[in-house]
Amino acid sequence: MNGLRPDLAVIAANIAPGSRVLDVGCGDGALMAALRDQRQVDARGMELDPMGVAECVARGLSVIQGDADADLADYPDAAFDYAVLSQTLQTTKRPDKVLGELLRIGRKAFVSFPNFAHWQVRASLLWHGRMPVTRLLPVAWYETPNIHHVTVSDFRDLVRAEGLTVEGAWFLSGDRRIGDAAASWRAEHAVFLLTRQPGA
Amino acid sequence: MAAADPTPVNDTLVLSAPLPLDGGQSLPGVAVAYETIGTLNAERSNAVLLFHALTMDQHVVSLHPKTGKPGWWSKSVGPAKVIDTDRFFVICANVLGGCMGSTGPASPAPDGQPWAMRFPVITIRDMVRAQVALLDALGIEQVHAVIGGSMGGMQALSFAANWPERTRAALVIASTARHSAQNIAFHEVGRQAIMADPKWNGGDYYRTGKGPENGLAVARMAAHITYLSEEGMHEKFGRKLQDRTEKTFGFDADFQVESYLRHQGLSFTDRFDANSYLYITRAMDYFDLAEEVSGGDGGGRLADAFRASTARFCLVSFDTDWLYPTAESRTIAHALNASGAPVSFVELSAPFGHDSFLLDVPALDRVIAGFLNQ
Repeated sequence: MNGLRPDLAVIAANIAPGSRVLDVGCGDGALMAALRDQRQVDARGMELDPMGVAECVARGLSVIQGDADADLADYPDAAFDYAVLSQTLQTTKRPDKVLGELLRIGRKAFVSFPNFAHWQVRASLLWHGRMPVTRLLPVAWYETPNIHHVTVSDFRDLVRAEGLTVEGAWFLSGDRRIGDAAASWRAEHAVFLLTRQPGA
Repeated sequence: MAAADPTPVNDTLVLSAPLPLDGGQSLPGVAVAYETIGTLNAERSNAVLLFHALTMDQHVVSLHPKTGKPGWWSKSVGPAKVIDTDRFFVICANVLGGCMGSTGPASPAPDGQPWAMRFPVITIRDMVRAQVALLDALGIEQVHAVIGGSMGGMQALSFAANWPERTRAALVIASTARHSAQNIAFHEVGRQAIMADPKWNGGDYYRTGKGPENGLAVARMAAHITYLSEEGMHEKFGRKLQDRTEKTFGFDADFQVESYLRHQGLSFTDRFDANSYLYITRAMDYFDLAEEVSGGDGGGRLADAFRASTARFCLVSFDTDWLYPTAESRTIAHALNASGAPVSFVELSAPFGHDSFLLDVPALDRVIAGFLNQ
């Protein structure tokens, strides 16, 4: 999956060919286009920014303008094999509810987010006492769309509290995969594959 | 492929068989006046059927024979334009009930006299049925796409729902799957204005040479307000006075907005038949796609309307359109989603209200071109 953002490349590589996928917050449709062209996936998208939707339509993708917080309710249960939420969780008003919706609509869900416990973020807070502006979080605190910063450990807690199961986890520093052990402070990005296993 | 001839061609088809109507009657000798731009390819697969809105007609790019103005979508249709006639064979027909060459209330009935109010009440689906007959006559089994804004969008939806095998894509702009109470109410104001004009004479005015122009002008004025946004009107006119520095303390058109509306109303009467206005607005009011496909018992689910469709859909609304607001397009998008159809929906920002679909909105051009070029 050349040219894809590293977290999207991880997701694309782990989606079974021929599945049905809903990409929530699909942006310009890069993941959907790759899934369609290389994995024969029936991909649908949701995107808040009208210019993003226009870009997707221009790529021949089926995308509905909508808001992850409000509009996921309109999708029927289990309509997709996978729901994908890439780098969008931290921008939602209620990440917990969005997570629940993802696993109502999709049998499985991929969620990727920037890890707020990365050492550069920690250093910025520790040494400078300032909200970090890093390669990953390039926008100052007052204009960032990221309103719910989250760390790998926070996310694991939420997953547990929601009664969900982690089926896979990938941690990235730049475009390199790193091991689980030091992920909490070394991972810039985390990608989780979740399921809602009955009784789990 | 040989370079397509961009010169528009205007022609009229007379249907050989009577056209069955939703009202139960059938209409003999129906004429369908249409314009084509571009060249139909050898596989007959590159046709794009445009449906026009309430007061427009088949003159998409050609000069309008009555106003002398360029066609209503000459901005977007043509060689290398958004709807590229080097690639697509664009067809647009005057709707059934219209007054620009297709059969309508001003056309002669079998007794040689104008139909006038004897013309049967028609529906959006009847309009589409006449255009499906046109496709049959042109030997086109399946079009690349149907496209329509406003009433044209209703026809595009009706086409995709009722003739699902005849199109691969449907683009619906600033439209709705059913007319709301507010939509019906505005139309009723227009119709009553026409019928209250003594020159309407029960619809029987064709011999006098003078129709209910005052009534039709008022109808157009009322409707025109619904096509604009409050903000757009304020920006264009504000409270500015027309060719004067003070109010006259009379009922002349003191304000620019009054003068503008009066002009819109009057110039409309030069090109539109009052009875056509009655029949076409009635057809729009009757439009309810869920009801249409369920057989009229009122219990239809919109999602069921698209069950047999394999077409791609794209819906566009405008944030300042209060006539067919975004919620209407969103409802259609949800229904299509529920039926598993590939659907895109986007609300675009444009200051012009409902009329945005005809005006300069670059994002709309991107969406149309992107959606068509698949």
